[in-house]
Amino acid sequence: MLRPRTVRLWGLLLALFAFGAAAAGDLPRVRSGIEYASGNIRSMQADDFANPGMLWVTRGEKLWNTPDGSSGKSCAGCHRDAASSMKGVATHYPLKDRGTGRLLNLEARINHCRETRQGAEPYRYETDELLGLTAYVAHQSRGMPLQVRVNDDNRMHYERGKAIYYRRQGQMNLACTHCHERNAGRRLLSETISEGHGNAYPIYRLEWQSAGSLQRRLRSCYFGVRAGLPEFGSEELLDLEFFLAQRAAGLKVETPGVRR
Amino acid sequence: MQWMAGLWALAAGAARAQPDVANDLRPLIAELTGGAAVNPGRVRVETPRLADNGHSVPMKLVVESPMTAADHVLSITLLSPRNPRPLMARFVLGPRAGRAEILTRVRLNGTQAVLAIVQLSDGTFWSGSAEVEVTESACLDAG
Amino acid sequence: MVARVQVPSGAARGEVIAVRIAIQHPMETGFRYDLRGNRVSKNVINNLVCRYNGTEIFRAEMGSGIAANPSLQFYTVAAESGELQFEWVDDRGVRGEERVQLTVRG
Repeated sequence: MLRPRTVRLWGLLLALFAFGAAAAGDLPRVRSGIEYASGNIRSMQADDFANPGMLWVTRGEKLWNTPDGSSGKSCAGCHRDAASSMKGVATHYPLKDRGTGRLLNLEARINHCRETRQGAEPYRYETDELLGLTAYVAHQSRGMPLQVRVNDDNRMHYERGKAIYYRRQGQMNLACTHCHERNAGRRLLSETISEGHGNAYPIYRLEWQSAGSLQRRLRSCYFGVRAGLPEFGSEELLDLEFFLAQRAAGLKVETPGVRR
Repeated sequence: MQWMAGLWALAAGAARAQPDVANDLRPLIAELTGGAAVNPGRVRVETPRLADNGHSVPMKLVVESPMTAADHVLSITLLSPRNPRPLMARFVLGPRAGRAEILTRVRLNGTQAVLAIVQLSDGTFWSGSAEVEVTESACLDAG
Repeated sequence: MVARVQVPSGAARGEVIAVRIAIQHPMETGFRYDLRGNRVSKNVINNLVCRYNGTEIFRAEMGSGIAANPSLQFYTVAAESGELQFEWVDDRGVRGEERVQLTVRG
């Protein structure tokens, strides 16, 4: 015969268990690429010294404080200390710029600032300068969850990005979803397929022997299925980035990430 | 806006693994040691058993040595039986090191056993090696 | 060349400390081709020296077998307060240098 207090305790435990089970079942499980990576990659990313991406963050910090363009101003000239002014900024990108109505990722925002505020030439994708500044700015949001929200203003970009994500393409006639949703966690030859999120970008990729942007990685995926590569900075890649950012909502910024 | 990717600058590595190379390391070792015998032992080569990518494989070299003025490591040389250039690196230490341990990252052109040759202050040579499995990228990344 | 150097913030006299340096450099093997089909010429950091208050404590002679963006960790005995100076050069003759202060207590 159980005592009333024991019955109440068991009842409480049962209720907690039921609630926990229901909650876990309801939440979609979104995992960063680092969780699919080997122990060596994880330790390389976790150690700021071993992480080669930090070399670009260091470069970005130098550039941040270097005057440029006809204005003779540096980023710091307006934005002061990046650690405070840029904190949380990357979590909102890509976003639709109210002024120009353009969808901007971080790279486009940096170049927009260079052109309109500094009177400087935009940096090309994959240059050390653009990678450095993008990595430096995104790095200030490291550890913070991505929070790109879809609203009436930007919904068309989300829908277009989503259509691209689910569209079969290339000689192999595959869509992003076929690897990164249906087969995430499974092996492709010796490698484990991740969910394909962009929360760690710019990353240092061992295969590239360099840091690189999310757009570089996306273009590689197009190549992977033998599709034609969209241009850097194209609408297609920006829309796809926007969809991906929404898909990765809640994942923490890891910049600079390390991937194989 | 059309962005020129700067692909020329990227110099996308179209060359994959080099043609299969099997280096005969014996002449190179003889040159390093001046013909002296090389004893297996004293040096540990620590690497992952399976490399994430042959472009960058972490490697730790540890030599058992008191690292005193009288008894220390002079140098550690890394040799590859399978890279296009068998001599990978040479590290020069000395008694001021305190500990004969080096960490770095190497390039490996396929599965192989990397060889470390250590020269001690007493004139002896020692060797150690570690086998690393290197696979190709599953989804070919043209850059 | 962008480089990052790391030593402990302070050390006891006689303590063996880890010294770390990472340098941004492609360590170009000379076996790669660009998109025009031309070979990209070899260019690696072939020599790196570390001096502790002027005395050489470590040297690395490297080839293309060292990975791009080379990272090195080695050790030295914290003998006295002073400066660790790193100097390196690549196949093109481009030199790099970094200096870091080391405080030794006791």
